Amino acid sequence: MTREIAVIAFAQTDHRRTTEDVSEVEMLMPVLHDVLEQTGLKTADIDFTCSGSSDYLAGRAFSFTMALDGVGAWPPISESHVEMDGAWALYEAWTKLLTGDADTALVYGYGKSSPGSVRDVLTRQLDPYYVAPLWPDSVALAALQAQALIDAGETDEPALAAVAARSRASAAANSRAQLRGSVPQGDYVVRPLRTGDCPPVGDGAAAVILAAGERARELCERPAWIRGIDHRIEAHGLGVRDLTDSPSTRLAAERAGAFERPVDTAELHAPFTSQEVVLRKALRLDGSVNVNPSGGALAAHPLMAAGLIRIGEAAARIHRGASDRALAHATSGPCLQQNLVAVLEGDAR
Amino acid sequence: MPEVLTAPLVVEFPFTRSLGPVQSAFLTGLRERVVLGVKTADGRTLVPPVEYDPVTAEEIRDLIEVAPIGTVTTWAWNPAPRRGQPLGTPFAWVLVRLDGADTALLHALDAPGPDAVHTGMRVRVRWAQERSGAITDIACFEPYEGDPPELAGHSGRFENMVTGIVAPARLDYVYSPGRAQSGYINALSDRRTVGERCPSCRKVYVPPRGACPTCGVATAEQAEVGPRGTVTTYCIVNIKAAHTASDIEVPYVYAHIALDGADLALHGRIGGIPYDQVRMGLRVEPVWTAGARYPDHYRPTGEPDAPYETYKELL
Amino acid sequence: MSKEPVAVVGIGQTKHVSARRDVSIAGMVREAARRALDDAELTWADIDAVVIGKAPDFFEGVMMPELYLADALGAVGKPMLRVHTAGSVGGSTALVATNLIAGRVHGTVLTLAYEKQSESNAMWGLSLPIPFQQPLVAGAGGFFAPHVRAYMRRTGAPDTVGSLVAYKDRRNALKNPYAHLHEHDITLEKVQASPMLWDPIRYSETCPSSDGACAMILTDRAGAARSPRPPAWMHGGAMRSEPTLFAGKDFVSPQAGKDCAADVYRQAGIADPRRDIDAVEMYVPFSWYEPMWLENLGFAEEGEGWKLTESGVTELDGDLPVSMSGGVLSTNPIGASGMIRFAEAALQVRGQAGEHQVDGARRVLGHAYGGGSQFFSMWLVGSAPPAS
Repeated sequence: MTREIAVIAFAQTDHRRTTEDVSEVEMLMPVLHDVLEQTGLKTADIDFTCSGSSDYLAGRAFSFTMALDGVGAWPPISESHVEMDGAWALYEAWTKLLTGDADTALVYGYGKSSPGSVRDVLTRQLDPYYVAPLWPDSVALAALQAQALIDAGETDEPALAAVAARSRASAAANSRAQLRGSVPQGDYVVRPLRTGDCPPVGDGAAAVILAAGERARELCERPAWIRGIDHRIEAHGLGVRDLTDSPSTRLAAERAGAFERPVDTAELHAPFTSQEVVLRKALRLDGSVNVNPSGGALAAHPLMAAGLIRIGEAAARIHRGASDRALAHATSGPCLQQNLVAVLEGDAR
Repeated sequence: MPEVLTAPLVVEFPFTRSLGPVQSAFLTGLRERVVLGVKTADGRTLVPPVEYDPVTAEEIRDLIEVAPIGTVTTWAWNPAPRRGQPLGTPFAWVLVRLDGADTALLHALDAPGPDAVHTGMRVRVRWAQERSGAITDIACFEPYEGDPPELAGHSGRFENMVTGIVAPARLDYVYSPGRAQSGYINALSDRRTVGERCPSCRKVYVPPRGACPTCGVATAEQAEVGPRGTVTTYCIVNIKAAHTASDIEVPYVYAHIALDGADLALHGRIGGIPYDQVRMGLRVEPVWTAGARYPDHYRPTGEPDAPYETYKELL
Repeated sequence: MSKEPVAVVGIGQTKHVSARRDVSIAGMVREAARRALDDAELTWADIDAVVIGKAPDFFEGVMMPELYLADALGAVGKPMLRVHTAGSVGGSTALVATNLIAGRVHGTVLTLAYEKQSESNAMWGLSLPIPFQQPLVAGAGGFFAPHVRAYMRRTGAPDTVGSLVAYKDRRNALKNPYAHLHEHDITLEKVQASPMLWDPIRYSETCPSSDGACAMILTDRAGAARSPRPPAWMHGGAMRSEPTLFAGKDFVSPQAGKDCAADVYRQAGIADPRRDIDAVEMYVPFSWYEPMWLENLGFAEEGEGWKLTESGVTELDGDLPVSMSGGVLSTNPIGASGMIRFAEAALQVRGQAGEHQVDGARRVLGHAYGGGSQFFSMWLVGSAPPAS
């Protein structure tokens, strides 16, 4: 049998449109201190550290090397980094704990979207020969997906507006969120998507601590056990994929055991309202599931942390007894190209 | 709180991209107003032609000509075109399945407004006036109700095949160095060097980065260091590099300098002494030029050299 | 529950050159992956997951290129992870892939690292102009040369040692068909007569800028049993990081390197590395780093590393061959360089290193580092399965 591993603590910044008053490490460090304090652990007690970030956001190569200043990597630490959302850093840390070489792990993700124009920056993710030279921005690509859903009869603009309104209303209870309460749907950014259908652009960071077996029980009253976690990628070309579906999400969910029993909560990394429609279908979430009680990515979307935050939010609900079995999802790439699903559970009460 | 600085940061480079054979044929074809797809082993035709089958991962090279006319499979109206996008006036982004293809190509559609666009509409390629072998040789698509043209069944072999593209990429950022470095930079304008002391280990960091890297805690207490310091180690630079300060005559000395009171060396050029007389332990002081943010270089103070023991921890 | 043993059953790399103008980025990585699959006699369908690494995205100007490379690497429908730990990334990527097997998440994993530096200019990518910062006054060598001088000052090493390393590595490269630099007319005199770029570093003591990729197929015990060729077994692997710049940092012999090696030796049951390890494929971008790392990795006492080099111990036919492939000094596609070191170590214990094979190599260390001498990754592979 595999080793039991749990999320035992979660912390995040207040997510803001801009954080030009602080450097990346100045933004990140309080979150690292917060998550350590929750468990009483010190950096030296952590067996493995893994982070996720992207140089392209802030326009600086090796930005993660400076972020390491906030960890206190002395004496030297066992540490790794993915150029991906922190959710995948958590996945790497989970595999490290599975090997038995580590009992605790610190995982963090951070991103500053404010220095650049994130719509343009993300075009650099696209096929560099046939697509990137056209500079199709991230909202445009999501809008192509949204129109495909509308054409397929799977949603319409009022339904998308309802997703937006529900998300921001939920975020009213989330003091960290960037967009909270009633937010106007606004004009078309790229039709059929309006301002309200798009995530806010902002800066932020998040961190979690993982622990295995008895160590998790010692450090956390109600650990959020990772019952399964898996991620899958799809073909890159948008014209090759069925944009109304997310087979990679469905497969990852199957592998993570999401369909074995119903979940009560789902934190979905759906930056655009239309993507929640796709994900709900792929994950077979019905009206009984509390979707994005945090407000989700429509309320705060710090790139490279937003996926990790979904896992952290789901875990935090289990920690405080608001959920017994939760699903968390993270995405990467244009139009949900790559997806990660984790299933978290608390011990029976 | 001290004034926090910001400044524009432009990241720009003309990337040179070499092409594999399928890409080379496709982009050369566009130059010649021919659209090519590629056939998979199970008979699908992929346009744009990719090098590897997205389903089976097999390498595919079997080129086939398809029509420059096709059907919109989805679209999105872009009311405010951005830099680099195919059209400067409002247009629709479209995925177009060309006649004869099983997959769709992403491009722009020139149409008078969103009401003139719908999924399923027929469109054709509008060729760019000047074509070089790039995806932008398709200027855009345009609505088209006519019949498909006769295809010659092009083989994909052309004269003067395009083997590479230059992909200029410019991204504009606003850089902000954050709280600690802003304080350091602001002090430099008074020709003062100000670091920050770690509240835990008491080490003074210059330039300060807001955190003590070994303790992982915020630094806040300012500490002025220098102006004099000690050369801890150095190298003699004999080549000019385009990206470095190129107005400096070689050879020159690039040194690590521990300013008095700092627990970390910073880097600078040594002047006012023949390059081959610079040595570890040399005592130096900054030389400023008008209007410069940083000292132009450091020169000997004339003090006796510092003993190795006093700076060996600062190499 | 003990870990699943990890075996290397396939290795592939491209012929490294200054510019691969005949392929796309996908075509280049695909070539290495295809060769690794062929070596293992496996197909794309046999691969459960892909772990890919490279250095900064600005080098090729493609953000998170794993997204675009998923199709070429047969990753569609599979998990794909992208690692970036600066210069050590090629080694770290392989180690992340080993966790997937050791933790029994997957049975067979493709791991790959690459750099296509000709798409831009590595120095541009490494030193984007940052506002307010002091302009750089020296190139890449200018970062490392002062540390070399510090090593010379500390140890009293004669200033010829660096040229001996360069002469050896460039001759080793002549035996490696995949190496970038093949300087058939190399002589020690030519190395010593080459221009001093960043005194004390000469032109011939610096690494080239390469396009290239390296791939490995890693598998579990069952997979190794099906392997058509002898597997290399992982006996130990570790990563260590320390901050970029800090008070008291030892750039000559960083603590993270010492700790990383010690962890690997502990896992592998190595009591005396000098005696128990048969060869080392070391990350040496500037020649003087060979004696520096010999000390850092525990093959020599502090201050004594240069004596091993000077006395010929690190030659291909010496008692402790170092950089048998020709090393980073002969081939440097930055993001792949660490994995090439790891792959060379595996080739050696599999007995498949061809002309640069060390006779009887049973336990070989692969070593990588990056950043400001702050990120380390290493593995020790053996010809026999691990004991436990």
